[in-house]
Amino acid sequence: MFNKVLIANRGEIAVRIINTTRSMGFSTVAVYSEADFDSPHVAIADETVCIGAAPATESYLNIEQIINAAKLTGAEAIHPGYGFLAENASFAQACINAGLVFIGPSPATIELMGSKRLAKVAMLKASVPCIPGYEGASQDDKVLTQAATKIGFPLMIKASAGGGGRGMRLVESIEELKQKLITARSEAKNAFGNDEVILEKALINPRHIEVQILADNRGHTIYLGERDCSIQRRHQKVIEEAPSPFVDENLRKKLGDAAVLAAKSCQYAGAGTVEFLVDENKQFYFLEMNTRLQVEHPITEIVTGIDLVAAQLNIANGEDLSIDQESVKINGHAMEARLYAEDPIQEFLPQTGTIFHWQQAIGEGIRIDSGICEGQQLSPHYDPMLAKIIAYGANREEARRRLQRAVNETVLFGVNNNQHFLSRLLGHPLYIEGKISTDFIESKFMGDESMNDIMTSPLVTALACILFFTGKNKNYLMPEALSLWSNSRTQPWPFSLRINDEVQEISLQLIQRNPVQFRLQIKQQTLEVTVNSFDNNRLNFQFNGIGRSCVFYRADNKLYLKSGEQYFTFSDLTHEAAVGEEPAGSGAVVACMDGVIVDVLVNENETVTKDQTLVVLEAMKMEHQLKASKEGIVASILVKAGEQVRIRQTILTVKTEEETS
Amino acid sequence: MPALQSSIETHSPEFQQNKKAMLAFVDEFRNIESRVIETAQKVKDNFHKKGKLLPWERIHLLLDPATPFVELCSLAGYQMHDDKDGSMAGGGIISGIGYISGVRCLIYVNNSAIKGGTISPAGLDKILRIQQVALENKLPIVALAESGGANLNYATDIFVQGARGFANQARLSAAGIPQITVVHGNATAGGAYQPGLSDYIIAVRNKTKLFLAGPPLLKAATGEVATEEELGGAEMHAQQAGTADYLAEDDADGVRIAREILSSIPWNEQLSKTNKAEFTQPLYDSEELLGIVPSDKKQPYDVREIIARIADGSQFLDFKPQYDAQTVCGHLKIHGFRCGIIGNNGPITTAGAQKAAQFVQLCEQSNTAILFFHNTTGFLVGTDPEQNGIIKHGSKLLQAVANATVPRLTIVVGGSFGAGNYAMCGRGLDPRFIFAWPNSRTAVMGGAQAGKVMRIVTEAKQKKLNQTIDEAALDKLENTVAAQLDKGSTALFGTARLWDDGLIDPRDTRNLLGILLDVCYQSVERKLRTNTFGVARF
Repeated sequence: MFNKVLIANRGEIAVRIINTTRSMGFSTVAVYSEADFDSPHVAIADETVCIGAAPATESYLNIEQIINAAKLTGAEAIHPGYGFLAENASFAQACINAGLVFIGPSPATIELMGSKRLAKVAMLKASVPCIPGYEGASQDDKVLTQAATKIGFPLMIKASAGGGGRGMRLVESIEELKQKLITARSEAKNAFGNDEVILEKALINPRHIEVQILADNRGHTIYLGERDCSIQRRHQKVIEEAPSPFVDENLRKKLGDAAVLAAKSCQYAGAGTVEFLVDENKQFYFLEMNTRLQVEHPITEIVTGIDLVAAQLNIANGEDLSIDQESVKINGHAMEARLYAEDPIQEFLPQTGTIFHWQQAIGEGIRIDSGICEGQQLSPHYDPMLAKIIAYGANREEARRRLQRAVNETVLFGVNNNQHFLSRLLGHPLYIEGKISTDFIESKFMGDESMNDIMTSPLVTALACILFFTGKNKNYLMPEALSLWSNSRTQPWPFSLRINDEVQEISLQLIQRNPVQFRLQIKQQTLEVTVNSFDNNRLNFQFNGIGRSCVFYRADNKLYLKSGEQYFTFSDLTHEAAVGEEPAGSGAVVACMDGVIVDVLVNENETVTKDQTLVVLEAMKMEHQLKASKEGIVASILVKAGEQVRIRQTILTVKTEEETS
Repeated sequence: MPALQSSIETHSPEFQQNKKAMLAFVDEFRNIESRVIETAQKVKDNFHKKGKLLPWERIHLLLDPATPFVELCSLAGYQMHDDKDGSMAGGGIISGIGYISGVRCLIYVNNSAIKGGTISPAGLDKILRIQQVALENKLPIVALAESGGANLNYATDIFVQGARGFANQARLSAAGIPQITVVHGNATAGGAYQPGLSDYIIAVRNKTKLFLAGPPLLKAATGEVATEEELGGAEMHAQQAGTADYLAEDDADGVRIAREILSSIPWNEQLSKTNKAEFTQPLYDSEELLGIVPSDKKQPYDVREIIARIADGSQFLDFKPQYDAQTVCGHLKIHGFRCGIIGNNGPITTAGAQKAAQFVQLCEQSNTAILFFHNTTGFLVGTDPEQNGIIKHGSKLLQAVANATVPRLTIVVGGSFGAGNYAMCGRGLDPRFIFAWPNSRTAVMGGAQAGKVMRIVTEAKQKKLNQTIDEAALDKLENTVAAQLDKGSTALFGTARLWDDGLIDPRDTRNLLGILLDVCYQSVERKLRTNTFGVARF
């Protein structure tokens, strides 16, 4: 029995676990790295302990520090969340050794399932369907080649200790095998410290379907239906849903039974997930078992009404499962989209920065699990997933509509993110029909606009210009009524805005004050936009007879604008200092003070470059180099070496080619 | 404070007719302003080709976007001197009160898009008026200079008095009011002293031509041959002469530097940071101001109808309403600023003069700004008023108004006739600001009355000399005098001659007064750091 739980994680999952843990009456301890001192999970815990520097190896992966934090605070149990140490058998063992309850299965189970090879051997033994392949102990090339020939092509090489797609290679023919083995092994060795591989027959366009199970310490095991995680990008899940549109009652029961069988075969206790690949003929194969809470667990919670974290805590606290299989009902449909600080335009490069504005969508059937707050710095040390946007619907289409709307209405300013990408995925006709497989993004979605350059419309530029215009008056002790007011005729204001790398010249004219209406000239186009109201960070406007709104955030000379599901960043260059095309001016080189010319380094008609030293002047016992202020030709030299000159006396002149011709 | 109850029927045909008449007046002066802008626009391509910005483009880079701007004397010199057809009004200058880097300033911009920004006699008067506004209201001046100097056709009219502008600049500097000048182009001879007497000078590379004598005059005077750059280029002034304190790359850059200077001096920081009081809007829409004034000038109306549309919450504390009905006095707030107001519902009577004089003294005692809303045919005449001492009482009112030191703001909303113009703080009594509605009239008396007076006087003279009375000649005389006076009493005629600081759309009255009261009260609070000679450039 425990009362105080330490959550050995960060971000949205730490927040989510702390919330349930607290609501069940337990005390909570958050641990954090130095980079996370201002994170939400730290703010909501009862007690907090800093466990080290920003790099995960020094904090969230530092077993000793975490155990120490538990001892320091008197925590009696540790919830590992997902990722970091969640599937680390040594950590589970260290907890037990320290007299702490590890909220998860036994170290032995973790170890077994952590090895793809050993897990597959165990599953085959327990008669769980597995992909035909080779999972022998011998890693000899010859043995592997033989096995490969027997399996047939295409096949997959998988790192035994792997996950997240690393150490994984698709082999189309026997000729490719040798080379791909080398690269897969090397990647596996680097990522997991273990180059053991297995071979599996490659399935064509399979679906990724996983089954959530719960098991208590007496071996009472139930399944809570499946989750379809087929929308993946490079083996990373992007959108998940429960139930799977592909799974019927019959298949659901078969999958469930297989998952329970898998769990029982390894004496599983707690919450776990058995992953399967399902082919077009509804044949399914064991893929792997995750011995922890999954990222996408909320969709199961929503359709079953079971709080999985609460179940984990109860099981870990020695309680028996109070539900049996028959009472598990799947109600409606749930769908989840993962919000990442990644830029789809830059090949999903992780983004860092400060979160200026974070506004979660709210509405019927919407749940958002997030671990970020305004003002927070996003460091490069951790996974770029920021939040999960989850929607419930009576049916799949309602859930999908709600999720797309929630994705669109969530606002995150400060870092580039994948919202547009998510929204486009959710709106794709094939996704709407449920015709999806794990290769969907790579094969059907690569040309999508969300992964290409941001296209600005004149309207978006016009809105940005209006926001820059009206935003300048905020610092004054001035009645709102006077903003935009003048007793004189209104005339166009010039603006120079930068979007992407393009600078646009815009003229903006107030043509009506009540309601406020602007006329803008952008690239030979004239637009008239009526401003209906400002509402915090929202601009309500009317254009071409339609009233709409956009969300914005102003920071210095920058404006962050979200129109629809797209983000734009504008800079106001209107009052930027002129970087003169020719700041060089006249080209006259003048004496910087009274002195003697020591040396003239150039001749007349000689070509000189900007900043080239032309003359050396000695004054006040110092030598001063007089340099060309621009590129050109020495037009005239007015002094000789040894000559005394006066301050500001012209020494020589440089003229550009245009000036001389 | 009780709220005023309007008795205007906004749906009545009279209201609609009044509105139509007023809008015609508004359109008339707005169209003239537009014509001036269009005249300037004609040289846009030419300016841009030379890498220069039009004066209004410079202004829009200078001012903080979306902040209020009060233009001053936009139609100075209208149809006078070199402005033959009214398309070049403004005296060669655009000026007003606006925000620059958050600092409220007075801007003064040579309208070089029209006649090279040369200064006419009206332009000189405008400059002097702008300087007075800056001095009285403690507003920094930003000048965007580019002017060919005095218009040579009128040089004799300007030459001697022109010195006043430079003397004012010296006094502004000594008074502790910063003056910033960007020299965008020509600033020759007399024009060179305007930048020269500024506290901060920004020269624009390859554009500034700041010299006492340009190449032609120099050659004529001494025979010396020199280039414009040598005589007064930006680099020369920045590097050698030290006349320029900042070197800008182009027009926009020069304006940017002016903004940077204002954001670098702690001008706003020297005021107490009191948040403005919350205020309510009037109960009646300012739009209705268009329909209040009867299109038939003989019909009177209650000035309280205007007050109800400009006062916060339409609230008004009437002072001595029972004592005299023709002169209305009382307290109100505009944008939260407390002030007193004196308005006319007719001629000024002995009682009205006493009431108003007392009210002025009360405002002076309590440091309350006073608004004057002109709509009077003047002091009441007749044996009764004369015997009751109307001269004595009128003089006392004039004395009170002239000597009051609290800010006085005047709006000519209707007639401003005879000594009524003086007693109600017309231009001659130096109000802080004076604006006029476009329907207003200012004259010594009505045209019809003047015509009649001339007729009576002439007829009497003829009778005395036993001449035959020529009715036809008398008719002609009466009509001519009436027409002449009427012509010289219109709002446009007056604004051209700087009898006011500009014509305004009646709907702008409240916002304008809100800003002006803010300007005035802030100047009362602001302590300037004076010095004897002004800041010198060595």
